[in-house]
Amino acid sequence: MSEGYLLQERDLLPLSIGAALLGTGGGGNPYVGMLRARELFRKGAQVRVLPLDALADDAWIGEVGGIGAPVVGVEKIEEGGECFRAMRAVEEAAGVKMSALISAEIGGANSIEPIIAAAMAGLPVIDGDGMGRAFPEVQMTTFFIYGAKPAPAAIADDKGNVVVFKHVKDMFWLERFARSISVDMGAAAGLAIAPMRMDFVRRTAVPGTVTQALNIGRTVQNARSRRQNVVERLLAETGATLFFTGKITDIRRELLGGFARGHALLAGSDGYHGCEGRIAIQNENLVLWVNGVPVIMVPDLIINLDLETGEPLTTEVLRYGQRVAVIGLPVHPLMKTPEALKVVGPQAFGYPDLVFQPLQLKG
Amino acid sequence: MIRIGIDVGGTNTDAVVMDGDTVLAGVKAATTADVMTGVVNALKMVLAASGMAPSAVDVVMIGTTHFTNAVVQRRDLAQTAAVRLGLPATASLPPMVDWPEDLRATIGNHYWLAHGGNEFDGRVISPLDEDELLGIAEEIKAKGINSIAITSVFSPVSNDFEKQAGEIFARALPGAHISLSSDIGRIGLLERENACIMNACLRDLSAHVIDAFRKAITETGITGRFYLTQNDGTLMDAAYAERFPVLTFASGPTNSMRGAAFLSGVAEAIVADIGGTTTDIGSLHKGFPRQATVAVEVGGVRTNFRMPDVFSIGLGGGSHVVETDKGIKVGPTSVGYRIVTEALIFGGATLTTTDIVVASRRESLGDPAKVAHLDTGLIARTQARIMAMLEDCVERSRLSPDPLPVIVVGGGSILVDGPIGGLQVIKPNHFAVANAVGAAIAQVSGEVDRVYSLAEIGRDEALADAKSRAIEAAVAAGALRETVEIVDVEDVPLAYLPGNATRVRVKAVGELHV
Repeated sequence: MSEGYLLQERDLLPLSIGAALLGTGGGGNPYVGMLRARELFRKGAQVRVLPLDALADDAWIGEVGGIGAPVVGVEKIEEGGECFRAMRAVEEAAGVKMSALISAEIGGANSIEPIIAAAMAGLPVIDGDGMGRAFPEVQMTTFFIYGAKPAPAAIADDKGNVVVFKHVKDMFWLERFARSISVDMGAAAGLAIAPMRMDFVRRTAVPGTVTQALNIGRTVQNARSRRQNVVERLLAETGATLFFTGKITDIRRELLGGFARGHALLAGSDGYHGCEGRIAIQNENLVLWVNGVPVIMVPDLIINLDLETGEPLTTEVLRYGQRVAVIGLPVHPLMKTPEALKVVGPQAFGYPDLVFQPLQLKG
Repeated sequence: MIRIGIDVGGTNTDAVVMDGDTVLAGVKAATTADVMTGVVNALKMVLAASGMAPSAVDVVMIGTTHFTNAVVQRRDLAQTAAVRLGLPATASLPPMVDWPEDLRATIGNHYWLAHGGNEFDGRVISPLDEDELLGIAEEIKAKGINSIAITSVFSPVSNDFEKQAGEIFARALPGAHISLSSDIGRIGLLERENACIMNACLRDLSAHVIDAFRKAITETGITGRFYLTQNDGTLMDAAYAERFPVLTFASGPTNSMRGAAFLSGVAEAIVADIGGTTTDIGSLHKGFPRQATVAVEVGGVRTNFRMPDVFSIGLGGGSHVVETDKGIKVGPTSVGYRIVTEALIFGGATLTTTDIVVASRRESLGDPAKVAHLDTGLIARTQARIMAMLEDCVERSRLSPDPLPVIVVGGGSILVDGPIGGLQVIKPNHFAVANAVGAAIAQVSGEVDRVYSLAEIGRDEALADAKSRAIEAAVAAGALRETVEIVDVEDVPLAYLPGNATRVRVKAVGELHV
């Protein structure tokens, strides 16, 4: 068994950069979470990152994360204890004590939320998560896809309200209830789901993603400090594939049922001169079409990078005139089994005619 | 049309007279402690050099880095009260949490978190508590603070709480300067709050500086209109600029880069604007500054302004040169406008970068005898240090290995001799006054920011309406109709409001019409 490693204050920035990239356009900006974790670390909090083999089979693991709209996350900053209070309410309802916390999604702000709650509770975090990327809905984790119990779960807001779900029929109902309550809570709340046994987490978590995010962030930092082309370094070092380069010619957005849906239209440049790109967005990037042909789609990772700086662009900062590189990463095999595709494949996002064509890891 | 462009930097006040696209004359005068004398001198000099009568001047455009320099150098900043409305939300991160320690200390690190704020859909997070705010006002008064920055959660959606809190503070603290974040920035609490606090700490200075500009123009006998240039290179009138000094923050780099492109005729390049105190480096694309896509830092503070992607270092013609145990230290402190009395070549006692250049016999300026004693090793090490600083800065702005030229402009250009990091250097005619040229060619903008109900009117129709309103606003602000172009369109849906409401912002820009 391994002891893992202690997260340092200096790790928080690269972790947040890597998490933003794995957010595939969504998941919320991890910057605010990074600052919150930094405040706690500076006050002496310590958080250890444990590999999947570190804890005994019967240890209880808590999954916590923020639930709401990304654009709210940068404006209505957390009171701070939302996820922590939700986690304590779940412990109370389940009658267990958590041994460690794990992220629902490594992509975006929820990479940091378990670290913050763990810092407040004095717990370690597990090196892994339930998506290996970001997705917009609660049920879209490997944990739920492979049978995690939906209850007891709890949702907490900034004002001291905590709602506990004692009996919930399935993960879809949990998503529906939690989503509508999160909207009442101002589209920014902390959600904790039912405790999971470590042997279950070991089998179902996407492994090593905290370290993966850290390494991606360090690749970006190193490329910048050496004045290298960040997009090229990422393509070389992460096994990602380039799918498009071009300029954004229009962004169409609307809010439907709590999610920012829309399309980004792109005019190709460089090797894609004369091509038209279109990216479907629902918080995250869902599908990329080039000249009308779908070339990469969920659950594989579609990432927009600023063409010059390599900065990952969240869907809410996409603007007319931006020059972007669209790169893709294959999702973990646990996310593309037939049962997973029912929950996170193109059909689950309203594209009944698309057949998922998995992206192969380059090299 | 006869226009005068003025650039008031930390060291020099530059002025140009332009007739259409022709630069008739360009001069440099020293910036003075009172600002006004330097502007008067520059105006008189440039009018004389161009042979133009004051009455013939149609318009004066002023760009200034004065406010940016004040933040970068942490001087002339007022003690500022940052008041955030949003409790219990936002308690995890206090205002100024991501600021450099020294800047936070300079303006006092005074902050209060109070109740108030809105949810994304306009609902109230918690009601405004007048007693709580009056209690804060007492504390602000007791600390002798005269400038207040008020930031309420989701004020870009609803700014009622900021306005109400502003009125409460105005009644409790008569004469206090009050800055509201909703007037300054967009969604993104920390960045908007940062910009609002910086605006607040500059209000004392802005009242003084704008008044000096006004008096200087009047004293010279010019009766034409008077504008300041803002971040995006367009113009704002003086009264507005006095209330919103923060909106001039990136105007210096914008003006120098647009001026550099105009003067050199080169549209793809890196521009290094070397002033007396700082050097700003950015890249030109199609003749316009490349905009930053992510949060831009000013003096180490994140903001969400749309600004040129410029990197600044404390290197200029007036930078202090000090020999330390760890080698030569150049800047970031500078004698600034006092170079004409404090530099060695002008009989002063402070060793500056300009002294080093004169000692190396590259330039003849002041009294070279006063630097003849300088050690040749010191001169060589300082020059190497200066070139290393510039090369590092240029490398940061280079986004590809393509060998773009570096256009060097600004009064401190004498520091550069030969290529920077192997890249060709271009010094265009009038390079020393490129900032002032950029100010003189500044355009006029019109902006609309309206909420449309897409249930009543389609998106295309809403955008078309907003665009035509923006064009009319630009024309009303003085733009020539046939030159007006839409430069920015942004639509943000406001969730859960009846009728699928969308907030649309459109900006149109055109040439100033006289």
